[in-house]
Amino acid sequence: MGFEGIGASVRRREDLRFLNGKGRYTDDLNRPGQLHAIVKRSDRPHARLVGIDAAAALAMDGVVAVYTGADLAADGVGGLPCGWQLHNKDGSPMAEPAHPVLAIGKVRHVGDPVALVVAGTRQQARDAAEALVISYADLPPVVGVRDAIVAGAASLHDEAPGNVCYDWQIGDKAGVDAAFAGAHRVVSLDLTNNRLVPNAMEPRAAIGDFDPFTGDHTLYTTSQNPHVIRLLMGAFVLHIPEHRLRVVAPDVGGGFGSKIYHYAEEALVTWAAGKLGRPVKWTSDRAEAFISDAHGRDHDSTAEMALDAQGNFLALRVRTLCNMGAYLSTFAPAVPTYLYATLLAGVYRTPLIHAEVKAVFTNTVPVDAYRGAGRPEASYLLERLVDVIARETGMDRVALRRRNFIPSDAYPYQTPVALQYDSGNHVMTLDAALAAADFDGFAARRAAAKAAGRLRGMGISTYLEACGIAPSAVVGSLGARAGLFEVANVRVNPTGSVTVFTGTHSHGQGHETTFAQLVADQLGVAFDQVDIVHGDTARIPFGMGTYGSRSLAVGGSAMVKAMDKIILKGSKIAAHLLEADVADIEFSQGQFRVKGTDRAKALAEVSLAAYVPHNYPLDELEPGLEETAFYDPKNFTFPGGCHVCEVELDPETGVVRVVNFVAVDDVGRVVNPMIVEGQVQGGVAQGIGQALLEAACYDAGGQLVSGSFMDYTMPRADCLPNITVGTESTMCTHNPLGAKGCGEVGAIGSPPAVVNAVIDALSDYGVRHMDMPLTPEKIWGIIQAGRPALAAE
Amino acid sequence: MPQVSLTVNGKRHSVEVEGRTLLVELLREKIGLTGTHVGCDTSQCGACVVQIDDKSVKSCTVLALQVDGASITTIEGLAAADGTLHPMQEMFREHHALQCGFCTPGMVMNAIDLVKTNPDGLTEEQIRHGLEGNLCRCTGYHNIVKAIAAAWPLMHGKKVPAAAE
Ligand code: FES
Ligand code: FES
Repeated sequence: MGFEGIGASVRRREDLRFLNGKGRYTDDLNRPGQLHAIVKRSDRPHARLVGIDAAAALAMDGVVAVYTGADLAADGVGGLPCGWQLHNKDGSPMAEPAHPVLAIGKVRHVGDPVALVVAGTRQQARDAAEALVISYADLPPVVGVRDAIVAGAASLHDEAPGNVCYDWQIGDKAGVDAAFAGAHRVVSLDLTNNRLVPNAMEPRAAIGDFDPFTGDHTLYTTSQNPHVIRLLMGAFVLHIPEHRLRVVAPDVGGGFGSKIYHYAEEALVTWAAGKLGRPVKWTSDRAEAFISDAHGRDHDSTAEMALDAQGNFLALRVRTLCNMGAYLSTFAPAVPTYLYATLLAGVYRTPLIHAEVKAVFTNTVPVDAYRGAGRPEASYLLERLVDVIARETGMDRVALRRRNFIPSDAYPYQTPVALQYDSGNHVMTLDAALAAADFDGFAARRAAAKAAGRLRGMGISTYLEACGIAPSAVVGSLGARAGLFEVANVRVNPTGSVTVFTGTHSHGQGHETTFAQLVADQLGVAFDQVDIVHGDTARIPFGMGTYGSRSLAVGGSAMVKAMDKIILKGSKIAAHLLEADVADIEFSQGQFRVKGTDRAKALAEVSLAAYVPHNYPLDELEPGLEETAFYDPKNFTFPGGCHVCEVELDPETGVVRVVNFVAVDDVGRVVNPMIVEGQVQGGVAQGIGQALLEAACYDAGGQLVSGSFMDYTMPRADCLPNITVGTESTMCTHNPLGAKGCGEVGAIGSPPAVVNAVIDALSDYGVRHMDMPLTPEKIWGIIQAGRPALAAE
Repeated sequence: MPQVSLTVNGKRHSVEVEGRTLLVELLREKIGLTGTHVGCDTSQCGACVVQIDDKSVKSCTVLALQVDGASITTIEGLAAADGTLHPMQEMFREHHALQCGFCTPGMVMNAIDLVKTNPDGLTEEQIRHGLEGNLCRCTGYHNIVKAIAAAWPLMHGKKVPAAAE
C-alpha cells in the first residue's frame, strides 16, 4: 500500500460496488407493499385545463388512486418554492408566479404534471394514465425568448406582465456609456447560448414511504442535496416538520445540476404515500426526463467592447435575454445574474462593465443550473468576443489576451462586477496549455491538412469562473433564501477508525475516496480506516449538498475545521495521559507527542481513553471524540485556466473532428489527481457536446423536437478526442485547503475554445460568428455559400 | 401468464411474465438483479447491456419471452466467486473509467464482447466505434477507451503493453 494522502491518485473505493452491479440507485430500491406511480403530463405547451375525467382509469385493474391539482389544494399542499429572489432595476421584486405541484387551471409546457396515477404495478399505472381523459382549451404558445417579449404575446402568468420575470442590471452604466463615447473602436457581437438538456444517465426517481405509527415520512430520491430537499419540501410544500421527514439520496447516477432542484414528483410520492399508507415509487423514463428535468443555458445576448488604439479593453456592455421556461425552478433566477454577469470581467482587467439581464417566461421546460451554470455563458460570450476583436483589429489573439490579462501581482483583484478574485495566474496556464497543444507547430499542421483537402483550425479560451459556493451573508444580500455553508461531523471511533458524515453528496465525484484521503492525511490514520457517509438526512447533521464545485472547497474545509477540533480535544486528553502541559503537545502523523521527546500517544489510544474514560480529565472534558463543524466560506473560489482545441473539418460534409484538446486548469489544491483529471475530461466532453452537437430544439408549436436520444445528439465515444488535462495551480487564499474546485471548469472553458477553432478553420470563408451547436449542416452551408477569400491566390 | 425458463449467471430461474415484459424488467424486477440499468427508452444508451449466450445485447430491446432457454450473464455474474474481478472490471477501476457508475455495467458488458470479438487487436478508433451504442455522461470516454485498451492484452493472455500503464 503506497501513499494514500493528499496528492495521491488513489483508486476509488466506490468502484467495487459499481463494477459488480451492487450500486444502490433509487430505482434499485423497493419498499414492502410498494405501489407505483405514473405522472400524467401535458402534451400541450399552453392550454387551459378544462377537465380531467378519471372514471375509466379508476376502474382499471390495480388502480389505487388518481390525484389532481384539486386534491393537493384540498390538502393544503403548497407550490414549489423558488430559492432566490432578485430585484428589478427599479428595486421592485421579480415576478414570482405560483408553481403548482400538479397543474391548476392551466398547463404551461409540454411535460407539465397534470395528474398522478397510482397502481399496483408500473404497467397498470401506465395503462391507467393512458385512459385519463383530459380536456384542454389551447392557448397560443410562447416559445423563444424573443417571442416572449413581443407586443401581443400570449401571457403565461397573471403575476408576470409581459412575461417578464425580472429586468436586472449590474455595473456602472454611466461610466460604460462614457467610455464607449470616447473609445477608439467598438466591436460588438450578437450570440446565443444554446439550450441544453443535462441528461444524467440515471433518470430521476423517487419513493415516498410513511410510517403511520410514528408519523415519519421518508423520501428516497435522486438528489444532489437531500437536506435542501427536506427543507424545501418539508417547509414550503408538504408542511412536514424536519424531524418527521427523512430524505435519502443513495447512489445517484450523475447530476450536473439537474438533480439539485426540488421537483414535483418528490412531493407527489411523499404526499401520496402519506395519503395511502403505502410506499409509492416513481421512476422517470427518458422521454419524460427530456420534458421534466430542468434544462440549461438558453441565452440571447449582445456584447460590445470599447477599445483604445492599443487594443486595451476599456469597457464592456452586455445585454442578455434569458429563458426561465414556464416556471421558476429552485435556483433559476440566480444563474443568469449572479453566476453570469458577475463573471463578465473574466480574466481581463476591463475597468468598466455594465450588464442588463432580462429573464422571461416561455412555454418550455423550466431552465436552471446545468454544469457551470451561468459561467459557461459568460466565458463563451467573452472568449468569442475577444476572438472577434482580434480578427477585426488585426491583433494576434494570444497577444490581445496577454495584453488585457489581470496581472498575477494584481491579486486580490476587485472586478467592476462585484466579485473579488483572490488568486490566479493566467499567463502560467496559457503558456502551459499552448506548449502542451504545440501551438507553434499549428501552422505546419494546418498547411498539411490543407494539402489533403481539409480545413484545420485552432481555438483558445482563457477563462475564469466562480465556485465553491458560497458565503452565506453575501448570497443572502443578493437574494438567496438559504445559507450556503457546509457541515462535517468527524467521529473518531473508540478503536481509532474514523467515520465522517458530510453534508455534500457524491454522484460521480468520488467523495468516498477523496474525502477519506483528506481525513487520513490530516489525522494520520490509514485510508481504509476512514469511512465517508453522505446522502441521508437521518445520519448527517445537516448539509447543503453538492453543486457549484463546492464539495472540497466548502465541504472539505468543514472537515478540516472538525478535525482541528478533534486534534484540540485529543491534545488535551493526550496531555492528561502523558502528564504534560497541553501547550507542549503537538500532533502529527497520528501521534500526539510531547514536543522534543519521544513520549507520545497515538490517536487510537487517545480515542480509547475518550470512550473508556477511566484515566481521563472528566472535570474538564466530556468523554467521546466526535466533533461537528459548520464552515461558511469567506469568498467564492476562482478556478480558471486555458483550453486549446484543434479541429479538422471536411469541406465536403461539414463534419468537424476535434483532433486535439488540451485543458490546463488552476483548480487550487488537488487531493486526487486522477479524479480531477476525470472531472475535467467529463466537463470538456459536455462542453464539446454543447459546441458541436447538443441543442434542445422547440418547434414553433411548443413541442420539444429533440426529445429523445435519437434526436438530441449526445456526445458519443466516436465523436470525442482524447482530452489532455493539466493543472497549474495557485492556491485559494481563504480556505484551509487552498482548494478551488474542478467539477465545472471543463464545461466552462471548453465551448469557446471549440467554436473559436471552427471559426478559425473557416477563416478563408469570411465567417465572423456561428451560433452553437456547429452542426455539419450549418458548416456545410457556410462552405457552400462562402467564397474563399484566398481562392484567388 | 406465460412462463420463461432461463439461466442467469449460472443460476436457473423460471418466472411468469407478461407478454410485454422486457428482459431488463425481468432481470431487475423479477430476479432482483439491479446491476443492469435502464437509461433510455429508445435503445440508445446501452446502460442495459447484458450477454445472451455470450453476445452483448441491449436487454431493453429484448422481450423476456425471447430468451426462454437462454443463458444470460449480467454485471453481477462477472467477478469470480472469491470476488476476483474480471480483467475488464479491474481495468475500469485501474483507469478510472467510471464516475457515477450508472453506465458502467452496460459499458463493461459491451467492452468484454468488443475485446473478445477482436482477437487480433483493437485500435483506439475501433474501441471508440465499438462504444457507439453506449452513452456515458460523466467520463468523456477518455478513460473508458484506455481501460478497454488495457484489458485487451489481459483477456487475450498477452502482456500489458507499457503504453497502457
Ligand atoms: S436502456 Fe437499453 S439502450 Fe438505453
Ligand atoms: S460514469 Fe456516469 S454515466 Fe458513465
